[in-house]
Amino acid sequence: MKKMLMGLLVSIIITGCATAAIKTDYGQTMLTLLKSEFISKGPATVERVLSQDEVQKICSKYPVERPEKMAALIQDSQMKTVKYPSDGIYIGDWKNGEKIAQNGRGFQSSDPLGGVNGGNCYACHNITKSEISYGNIGPSLYNYVKAHGSSEQVIKYTWAKIYNSQAYTDCSSMPRFGHSGILDEQQIKDVMALLLDPASPVNQ
Amino acid sequence: MNVFSKIIFTIFVIQMNSYAFAESSSTDEISKYRELLADGNPAELWEMRGEELWKKKIAPKNVSLEQCDLGKGAGVVKGAYVELPRYFSDVNKVMDLEQRLVYCRKTLQGLSHEQAVKVPFGSVGNSSDIEALVAYITSESRGMKMNVSNKHPLEKDSYEIGKRFFFYRAGTHDFSCATCHSANKKRIRLQELPNLLNKLDAQKTYTTWPAYRVSQGEVRSMQHRLSDCLRQQRFPEPVYASDSMTALIMFLAKNADGGVYDAPALKR
Repeated sequence: MKKMLMGLLVSIIITGCATAAIKTDYGQTMLTLLKSEFISKGPATVERVLSQDEVQKICSKYPVERPEKMAALIQDSQMKTVKYPSDGIYIGDWKNGEKIAQNGRGFQSSDPLGGVNGGNCYACHNITKSEISYGNIGPSLYNYVKAHGSSEQVIKYTWAKIYNSQAYTDCSSMPRFGHSGILDEQQIKDVMALLLDPASPVNQ
Repeated sequence: MNVFSKIIFTIFVIQMNSYAFAESSSTDEISKYRELLADGNPAELWEMRGEELWKKKIAPKNVSLEQCDLGKGAGVVKGAYVELPRYFSDVNKVMDLEQRLVYCRKTLQGLSHEQAVKVPFGSVGNSSDIEALVAYITSESRGMKMNVSNKHPLEKDSYEIGKRFFFYRAGTHDFSCATCHSANKKRIRLQELPNLLNKLDAQKTYTTWPAYRVSQGEVRSMQHRLSDCLRQQRFPEPVYASDSMTALIMFLAKNADGGVYDAPALKR
């Protein structure tokens, strides 16, 4: 009986492998094409798009929804990547923050190597009353303090959200600005000021 | 005014206003211009030039493209585009229009690969023969329904590979095509984003490319549209008319099945 079971198991495995070998692995074929048919240009490199991290892999495979456990795993692992400001100061200059929010440059094949990156926040968020050209992929951030307050908890949450959006929302559409090296610590402080400084137009 | 001077006038009007477009690219404004220009799309100039190029005998073989098989038999242009990309038995692979054009220019006209893919996207003082040819060929499918085949196994494969590409998140910004194009009524700044997984949006979008881009003063092809998306996605540059782009186009074209083709169009 035990022998029979083993035999059955082996035959299932062999059949399984044979089927897999015949069926095209579309994901693998796509990666092969990506490797051979794309050319690195400026800061946008083939190596970078080929080296998906675990989060990118899962979010590609499950673009709409993840099983609950997987979602929690992503959020936990991403929360661990968050680096809070080394000097304990969270709020910078909102005027610089506004410039960063307007600037969509950085890491495009048309951008120079080593240029200053923007956050391009307005691409997806309503932020200030005066800027009417804003997108709607993300929620409105206008009146941020009125909506969320400015407690220590809110300040830390906001920092972590900008640093690594997926610490709170697995597979968020928002780039992981700190974790992926798009914005540096000072730039994040300035964007924080845009949202949290009472003098910022966000809170006027 | 005759057609030609009308088009010239139209281009003038559009160019004068392109600065305003750059400032506030609202969809309402664009549709106003579309109405204003109704039957005077500058793309007609590209279509006319494309037809001349299609029929023009060129060196080294001194033949035209008139015997090029776009899928419906040698020389059949009418209705060819709404069935592309498709499987071609002579090369045993799936090709989109631009890949097939490169193939015909090489095999029929004897151009080298470098010559056949030269200037895929035009700019001021450096116009693209490819964009003109694409404008002509696509215009010959106007009013017809998108009818892309997935019967051949390689067509199915191409679609599936394109689909994987669409959802592939990578790079510094974690973007995939789906990041911007898988939900309804989304915008980047004021630019509306089509949901390419939604049948109506996919049809409306796919059937209106190529298009005369007011902001660029050129007719832009599907390959150009995808290249520009990928640039903003922080991806490296795709080689012009490559298999991965054909796969992505296959995915988008198939999703637009049944939509009535209406291009070259006019866009921001």
